[in-house]
Amino acid sequence: MGQHVLLRHRDIPDIHRLDVYRRHGGFEALEQAVTRMKPHEVTEVVKASGLRGRGGAAFPTGLKWSFVDNKNWPHYVVANADESEPGTFKDREIMEGNPFQFLEGMAIAAYAVGANLAYIYLRGEFWQIAHFLDQKIAEMEAAGFLGHRLFGRDFSLQIHTHLGAGAYICGEETAMLESLEGKRGQPRIRPPFPAVKGLYGKPTVVNNVETLTNLPPILQNGADWYRSLGTADSAGVKIFSLSGRVRKPGNYELPFGTTFRQLIYEHGGGILEGRPPRAILPAGASSSLIRVDDKALDTPMDYASVRTLGSDLGSASVIVVDDTVSIEWVIRKTIHFFKHESCGKCTPCREGTYWMFNIIERMEHGRGTAEDVNLLLHVARQMQGKCLCPLGEFSTMAVVTGIERFSQDFQVGEKA
Amino acid sequence: MTKSVTLTIDGQAITVPEGTLVVDAARMAGIDIPVFCYHPKMEPVGMCRMCLVEIGRPLIDRNTGQAILDEKGDPKLQFMPKLETACTNPVSEGMVVLTSSEKARAGQKSTIEFLLTSHPLDCPICDKGGECPLQNLTMAYGPGKGRFLYDEKMHLAKNVPLGPLIYLDQERCIQCARCVRFQDEIVGDAVLGFGERGRAMQIISLSEPPFDSVFSGNTTDICPVGALTTADFRFGARPWELSASASICAQCSVGCNITFNTRRAARAGGRVVIKRVMPRQNEEVNEIWICDKGRFAYHYTESRKRLTRPLMRKDGKLGRASWEAATRLAAEAFAQAKKNFVVLASGRLSNEDLFNLKALADHLGGRAVLYSDMGGGDLTALVGVGPGTDFGQMGRGTAIVVVASDLYEEAPIWYLRLKQAAERGATLIVANPRPTRLERFASFVVRYAYGDEVKTIQSLTKKGKIGDALQARNLVVLFGSEGLGLEGSTALATACARLLHESGHVGRPNNGLIGVWPRVNDQGAWELGFRPAENLAALLRGKAVYVVAADPAGDDPRLAKALQAARFVAVQDLFATETAKLANVVFPAQAYTEREGTFVSGERRVQRFYAAVPPLGESRPDFAIASQVGKQMGIILEGTSAPVVFEILSADHPSFAGLTYAALAEVRPQWPIVDRRDLYYGGTTYENTQGMGKHLSNAAQRGEALHLPRFPRRAARRPTARGLLAVPVTKLYDRGVTVSSAELLKPKISETFVALPPSAAERLGIEDGARVKLRLNGVSRAVRVKVDEAVASGVVLVPRSMGLSIRRPVVARVRMAESAARS
Repeated sequence: MGQHVLLRHRDIPDIHRLDVYRRHGGFEALEQAVTRMKPHEVTEVVKASGLRGRGGAAFPTGLKWSFVDNKNWPHYVVANADESEPGTFKDREIMEGNPFQFLEGMAIAAYAVGANLAYIYLRGEFWQIAHFLDQKIAEMEAAGFLGHRLFGRDFSLQIHTHLGAGAYICGEETAMLESLEGKRGQPRIRPPFPAVKGLYGKPTVVNNVETLTNLPPILQNGADWYRSLGTADSAGVKIFSLSGRVRKPGNYELPFGTTFRQLIYEHGGGILEGRPPRAILPAGASSSLIRVDDKALDTPMDYASVRTLGSDLGSASVIVVDDTVSIEWVIRKTIHFFKHESCGKCTPCREGTYWMFNIIERMEHGRGTAEDVNLLLHVARQMQGKCLCPLGEFSTMAVVTGIERFSQDFQVGEKA
Repeated sequence: MTKSVTLTIDGQAITVPEGTLVVDAARMAGIDIPVFCYHPKMEPVGMCRMCLVEIGRPLIDRNTGQAILDEKGDPKLQFMPKLETACTNPVSEGMVVLTSSEKARAGQKSTIEFLLTSHPLDCPICDKGGECPLQNLTMAYGPGKGRFLYDEKMHLAKNVPLGPLIYLDQERCIQCARCVRFQDEIVGDAVLGFGERGRAMQIISLSEPPFDSVFSGNTTDICPVGALTTADFRFGARPWELSASASICAQCSVGCNITFNTRRAARAGGRVVIKRVMPRQNEEVNEIWICDKGRFAYHYTESRKRLTRPLMRKDGKLGRASWEAATRLAAEAFAQAKKNFVVLASGRLSNEDLFNLKALADHLGGRAVLYSDMGGGDLTALVGVGPGTDFGQMGRGTAIVVVASDLYEEAPIWYLRLKQAAERGATLIVANPRPTRLERFASFVVRYAYGDEVKTIQSLTKKGKIGDALQARNLVVLFGSEGLGLEGSTALATACARLLHESGHVGRPNNGLIGVWPRVNDQGAWELGFRPAENLAALLRGKAVYVVAADPAGDDPRLAKALQAARFVAVQDLFATETAKLANVVFPAQAYTEREGTFVSGERRVQRFYAAVPPLGESRPDFAIASQVGKQMGIILEGTSAPVVFEILSADHPSFAGLTYAALAEVRPQWPIVDRRDLYYGGTTYENTQGMGKHLSNAAQRGEALHLPRFPRRAARRPTARGLLAVPVTKLYDRGVTVSSAELLKPKISETFVALPPSAAERLGIEDGARVKLRLNGVSRAVRVKVDEAVASGVVLVPRSMGLSIRRPVVARVRMAESAARS
């Protein structure tokens, strides 16, 4: 793909400079929206484009906006830049390389839902990016693309950055809102969803950085253009964060429907040392493990197709595992991660991740028994469907699919 | 009217108001859905995942809006693939809930198993054992055995003081956040929170001083495990060994319903003693809460310093005497004094006591004087709130004025009730010379100078939006005595009564005047004819004085002098007070925990208390002693049965008309349904089976002519060029006789200090924390100073009942103590 839609800095040097961004059509979409479209018309275009949330849940973006309660004001837009899923590193590249397109997307979203205040919630480790974005926001304000009465119209917008304090859970939208309000980052019960009751109890749209970055080109080129990219189920382009045992890990912006084989071999340069791939985690640590065979490798990467493999595309953080890696090791890593990140609010996740960690550690140190594999599977299943938020659910995905699909990797008692 | 919704839970069809949560609907139908984090007084959070149930909702045809029917003609149901939490889902029409299906039971069982993975299972040494929701629900819903390896349990600290009153056992905590949410939502002070995360998540105190709340004890009632225990009760007894006696808290005029848990204790020499104080549900008074003073200050009733025998002065010294001799001596002196006989009694006494004492004074032509520096009780009898009044029902359409009172310190439960009324939409107007905590929830705050109370109330109606707010359908005015003596508070009460009367807010439920009295039964004393005296010292000189439940000599050196100049002094009390030390005869009274009786709350609700423990020594009930003294002079007063005294007094006083002990013992159905048999829902609070009390009627309701008095015409005291205006303020924890025996509360009772504004401190060269000489009413005392920006210039705040004699605003002198010692 010659021309990037999102990672345009790879094609256009210095697009992080306001003048360069403007020379390449920057802020035309925002101006078009604010001066020539009604807010609901913007929402309609986004609906028609088929754009779905890029944070992992793939909820239709325009539909989400249309849930915003217009009887309750003010409204807020929050950009989810908490990018914490192990294996996901796409938002970072967007914000560092092509910041104005992301910020313009935020402004478009804010216009569509009538928000005059928008926040970018960044993971704490992104503090340099927050400084960088603060500069970019200041430049936009100076140039009249943010602030009071944009383009002379009755629409004003301020954007603020906000740093998290190092919790994976704050990528979950309601925990993010709690954290943004200055509270402990723990998820809220949904419903009500943020579009109805979000930040400070007010209707709030929470969109992922990548989702928002799609908006300027969609407005400029139209919904049909966007739909022409990707597949019927999954419109447009996606940044695939490729990592694991591949030669060329990195972000690859590709249309939905690109196969795993194309991603791994054409773009990623194949597996290290030419070894065979065994498993794919298509959505970072939260993945259900895909057992690799030809059918899997030739499966197009779109939301519906990946589901046929008993997994989910999620945020498209494709981690490739080859035959040098034991799946038991993989799930030990994921369990350790989720045990560390469980916020502690709900019982099954708090206790379940701790319990699973104890079992897998036991197995790792050769103290496991045959029953322990079953117990681990049972504990994970016992957590499923009972947790307050998706984190607890995610923590069981690799465990259950790992044990079920790679049972030979769980040999008990061999390690001394 | 809220709409009704009909749903089916476990095959039982029930109809409940729209918006009811499934868990509450089940409770109403008598079906148990187990919970840990959910509490009916707080917003649901769905954390513990104990209440997992299957919920099916009828499928609705999008085109017709009608339910889709199956082949049998029943609505087709759609069940979610996952179990749902009954605590976060509101009911909907046609909903079907399965609480005990195989799937639901499996979910509940799994939550118990998860909760017990790291639980220490130290039930045999746990205070909660025997009244523990986790224990009970484990028996009912748990898997029976755990698969978690015992050696892998997480070990944590077991004796963490969250504050001086509450201990946390981190191992037992199940992170349900009930305590955190109680402080946050119910109290409005987020002094607790969580530290760490995941399995390491722990309750921590966020405040300095730690757990800075006067409601902290309630968290131990709603804690569903043994994680939170009170410093008072922990390791004190097993719950199943305890007896329960219904009572009323005697620490302030709210009249919280409580239960005394008692047990025979080796440590008390085999006597039956109070082991703890628990709230008893009365949704019209205290709901299921009590304050920490009510929970922990009871120790005075069992103090070793209690009087146990009558004493008589012989050869200048008090010595043991028989009841016969002691009462005869007093009777002779009183009979001789006739109209020079004065009963000086306080609102610590029950109605029955006060009635007999008043009868004694009346028979002799003497005076019944209420020992109080706060006036206006005659007005609350006229236009006070009456039957049908309930703070819990107040919301939109009600305006509430609080003037000259810091409710958080003076009547904590009213603070909670008013906060909630404001949250339900009541217009709360708080008028006080300095900021108080209640102001955070007020619609309007009025600040005035000490001395301008009357003017402030009189001008409220002219104050734009406040004036409009006072036109609400219902209006309640609570007046206190912040910065006021008897004269000032009487004038303030008069202004408040007139405001209510003139705006038509009298004689109806949820309308009228409420006094924030310092003592539990001040209102009762007023109703029964006791009146405070403005110049008490002059009144006592040369009289035969019967001092009951009061220590004037200890409170005010001038009263001590007056009593020394009295003809005869009889003292009837729990303790050998300063007054008792100069008495001719001393009668040991029973504590109210040892007998039965009734109190009238500030809301004019008559409530019964019952005997909880056997009497100490030879002590007798106050009304019985009065009767015995009377009998020695040929005056016949009922002296054995409190119910009979009450019958006589209710026949005698129109506001008590028709009330009997039986009527006071009636209970009405209450929501939430709390029950000691299933503690998981409401906590360990006691259900009310022994009476919710009845309101007194008021003159306005009875249609009697209302003659509101004129204003007393005297100029208010102001600061002078050389002196500061010392004004009395009330603190929750003071050195009063009913508090100071509680060792546990000692750290909470601050050193005696007076508060100065920065301007005065600067002028006098005094720094925060310095020791100063305070010259007050001719007496000099060394005290510590707090410099407080909230104090108006020219004013010095002097706490009541902290050893400084201040009964009304006076001009005082403050200067640096010679040593200028600072700690």
